[in-house]
Amino acid sequence: MSLPPMIAALRKHKAGVVLIALQIALTLAIVCNAVFIIYARIQNVQRRTGLDETNLFLVTQQWVGAPSGDSPADLEKLDTMLREDLNALGSMPGVESVTPVNSVPLFPSSWNGSESLKPGTDMRAGNARTTFYFGDEQLLKTFGLHLVAGRNFTAADVAHKALRDSSEPNVIIVTKPLADKLFPQGDALGKAIYLDGSNTPSTIVGEVERLQVPSVGSWASSFVWNSTIAPLRMNSNFSRYAVRTKPGRLEAVMRAVPSKLYAVNAMRVLDDDSVKSFKDIRAEAYRADIGMAVLMGVICLILLAVTAAGIVGLTSFWVGQRHRQIGVRRALGARKIDILHYFQMENLMIAGGGALVGIVLAVALNRVLMSKFEMQSMPAYYVLAGLAVVVALGQIAVFVPARRASNVPPVVATRSV
Amino acid sequence: MLGYYLDLAVRSLKRSPGLTALMILIVGFGVAASMTSYSVFRAVSGDPIPWKSSRLFVPQIDIWGPKGHSDGSSGNEPPEALDYTDAVALMRDHRGKYQSAMYRVSPSVVPPDPHMHPINVGGHAVYSEFFSMLDVPFQFGGAWGADSDAQHASVVVINSKLNQKLFGGANSVGKTVNIDSKDYRVVGVLDNWNPKPTFFDVVNTGGFTTGQEDVFLPFTRAIDVGMGNDGNTNCAEVPTGSGFVGLQQSSCVWIAYMVQLDDKAAVSAYKDYLDGYFRDQKASGRFNWALNNRLRDLPAWLESEHVVPSDTKISLLVALGLLIACLVNTAGLLLAKFLRRSSEIGVRRALGAPRMAIYVQFLVEAGTVGLSGGLLGLLLTWVGIHGVSWVLPKEIASLARVDLSLLALTLAIAVLATMLAGLYPTFRASRVQPALQLKTN
Repeated sequence: MSLPPMIAALRKHKAGVVLIALQIALTLAIVCNAVFIIYARIQNVQRRTGLDETNLFLVTQQWVGAPSGDSPADLEKLDTMLREDLNALGSMPGVESVTPVNSVPLFPSSWNGSESLKPGTDMRAGNARTTFYFGDEQLLKTFGLHLVAGRNFTAADVAHKALRDSSEPNVIIVTKPLADKLFPQGDALGKAIYLDGSNTPSTIVGEVERLQVPSVGSWASSFVWNSTIAPLRMNSNFSRYAVRTKPGRLEAVMRAVPSKLYAVNAMRVLDDDSVKSFKDIRAEAYRADIGMAVLMGVICLILLAVTAAGIVGLTSFWVGQRHRQIGVRRALGARKIDILHYFQMENLMIAGGGALVGIVLAVALNRVLMSKFEMQSMPAYYVLAGLAVVVALGQIAVFVPARRASNVPPVVATRSV
Repeated sequence: MLGYYLDLAVRSLKRSPGLTALMILIVGFGVAASMTSYSVFRAVSGDPIPWKSSRLFVPQIDIWGPKGHSDGSSGNEPPEALDYTDAVALMRDHRGKYQSAMYRVSPSVVPPDPHMHPINVGGHAVYSEFFSMLDVPFQFGGAWGADSDAQHASVVVINSKLNQKLFGGANSVGKTVNIDSKDYRVVGVLDNWNPKPTFFDVVNTGGFTTGQEDVFLPFTRAIDVGMGNDGNTNCAEVPTGSGFVGLQQSSCVWIAYMVQLDDKAAVSAYKDYLDGYFRDQKASGRFNWALNNRLRDLPAWLESEHVVPSDTKISLLVALGLLIACLVNTAGLLLAKFLRRSSEIGVRRALGAPRMAIYVQFLVEAGTVGLSGGLLGLLLTWVGIHGVSWVLPKEIASLARVDLSLLALTLAIAVLATMLAGLYPTFRASRVQPALQLKTN
C-alpha cells in the first residue's frame, strides 16, 4: 500500500483530520497526567505505617474540671487519673496491651521538632526533622513495632510531665531511617542527641524498623519515616490511649470502653469520635487521596470512551461519504483486506500525528501541575504508555467502520448514488 | 422562522438517531464532569464574607527573623500567627476600626440536665469587636461590650445548635452555662452562623473542618482561667517557662488576629503603625533583623494560606480539559453531520436562501444538541455531586450543592459550548456551492 494517495485523500478532509488529531492529543495529555496522579495517590495509600494495624484502636477523652497541670500537685493528680484509666483499660477482658499516647500514625494531631548532634542549636536547624510519640513501656507492644536494635523502654525509664513542660527525655527509641540519617555509620545505638535545640542529651537505646509520622500532608513528606519515641506520660486535661485487643475482640472491647471509663470517673467527655479503630483512622486520613484517584479514574474513562466514540462517528461518516470510491477500488481489484487496511492505516497516521502533539501537551500539563501544585515530574514511560494506549484505542475504534467499508460490494461502482 | 429551523433541526436529528445520541451523550458527560468539579471548586473558593472581605486585614510580624527560616520551609514569610505579647500589644494600641485577637479553644460543657454526660464543644476566645467586625448574626441577645473585655467577665456567646442541646432552643440570654467547670452567663445566641472556610482563624482550623463554632468567650477571661489553646502552636525556640503561662511568655505563635480598615488611608496608617511597632521593638533590643511585616487583606491571606485544596484546583483543570476534548469531538461530529447534507444546503441556497439563513439554521441545530446535552448534563451533574460526596473528604464534600445558579450555568455552558463547537461546521456548511451540489446530483 502506498502512502501518497492516502495523504492526498486526507487533505480533502483537513478539518475532520485536525479535529480527530486534536482530540487524541488532548486525550493523551489528560490521561497520562491523570494516571500519574492516580499512581502517586495509590503509592501514598499503600505505604505501610510500621504498625500492626489489626486489633488496634485509639481512645481520646477529656476530663471535666481537671486541674491545669501547671503546679506539681496538679500534675500528680492528673497522672493519677491517667494511670487509673490505663489500669481500667488494661484490665478489660480481651485487651492485650494499652499505652498512653499523644498520637498514632495517620491521626490528625502531631508533635514535631528537630534533632541535633550538638547541644543548643537553633530549634529549626538541627540535623534531622522528626515527629515525637510519647508513651510508656507498652507502646512498642501495643503499636506492634519491630525492634531491630537495642532494647525496649523499662517501667523505670517512663517519666511523666505536663503538656507544656519543655524538659527532654533521658532515653529515646528512634526509627532506623532516622538513626541512619543522624549516624550514617550505623552506630546510633547508645549515642546522645539533642532534641529541639535543647542542652540536655537524650540517649538512643533502641531502634525500630519503621514508624510513620502522623501527618499525611505534603509538608511532612520530607521526614515521613523520622519518628522518635520518648518514654513519657503526657499529663493534661485530655488524654489518648492506644489499645491492642486479642484477635477478634476489637469491636466488643471498643463498645465496652465508654461505660468502663465512665465507671472510673464520670466527669469526662467521650463522644462519637472518642473511640476509633485504626481502620477508621486510616480511612479518614486517606479519604482525600482515594477520592482524588477515583475522580481521576472516572475522568479518564469518560475521556477514553468519548474519544473512541468520536473516532467511530467520524470514520463512519467518511466511509459513507466514500462509498462509491470504495466500490470503484474493489471493482478495480482491491481485496477486502486492502480496504480494511486502508482505513486502519489512515487512522494510524491521524492518531500518530495527534499523539505526537499530545506528548508535547502532556509534558506541558505536567510542568504546569508541577509549578502550581507541587506535583512530581512525570517519568517518560507514562507518556510512551499513553501513546500506545491512544494508538491502540484508535485502532479498536476504527475497526467496526473499517470493516463495514471493506464489505462494500464492487457493484456499487456501477450504481449512481 | 426560528420555529421552522427548530423543526428542521429536530427532523434532521431524528434522521440519524445514533449520531445524535452520541453527540448528546458526549456533551452531557463533558458538561457534567466539569460542572461537578466546578461545584466543588465554587464551594471551597468562594468569598466567605464578600461584602467586607476587602476591608478585613491580617497583620503578620517577623518576630523570629532568621531562626524561623532555618528549616527552609517558609521562604521569607513571617510567622502565620502572633505570639501572646504582640497580640495583646496590638489590641491595647487599638489602631483599627474593629480588631480582635483570637485563639481556638475546645472546652467541655456540663449540661444542666444531670442525666446527660459532659460534652465537648469547639469555639474561640475573642474580643468584643469580633462580632461587629464579622457582622455575626444573632438569634437572641448580642455581643458582650468592651467593658466585659476589660473586666475579664464570665460571659459567653453560644451557637443555636448548642442552645438547642442545652436549653431546647429557647431564649437563653441571662442563663448560665458550665464551661470547663466554671459558670458563664449567656449574652447572645448566634443565628446559624458557620462560615466556610473558617476565614477568621485559618491558621488553627486549616480553613475547612467538620468542627463547629459552638462557643465564643472573652479572650481576657480565657487567658485568666488558663483555657489552653486547641489549635497549632509553632515555635522557633523552646519556651523557657512551663505551662500555659510559659507559652504566653514565649515567642511561640498561636494567636490569630484580624483588623477592619475601611479605606486606603486607614490601611496605610495601620501599615505605618505596624512598621513603627516593629522598629520600636527592634530599638529596645528584641529583634536584630530587618523589618519584614505583612498586612494582607482577607482574599490575599486566604490565597497565601492555600485554603483552597490543590486537589480541587487540579480536578477543575482536568475536568475543563475533558470538556474541551468533548467539544472538539462534538465539532468533528457536527462537521460530519452538516457536510453530509451538502445537497440539501445546495437546494436551499439555489432556492434563494441567503448564507445567513444557513448559518442560523445550523446554529439552531447545534444549539438543540447543546440543550439536549445540557439536560442530560443536569442529570449527570446531580449524580456527580452526590457521587463526589462519597469519595471526597466530608468537610469539603458537604459544601458542594446543586442550586439554581448551578443548574442555569450548566445549561448555558452546554448550549453555548456546543454552538461554539458548531461554528466551524456551520461556516463550512454555509460555503457549500449550490451549483456544484445540484450538478453532481
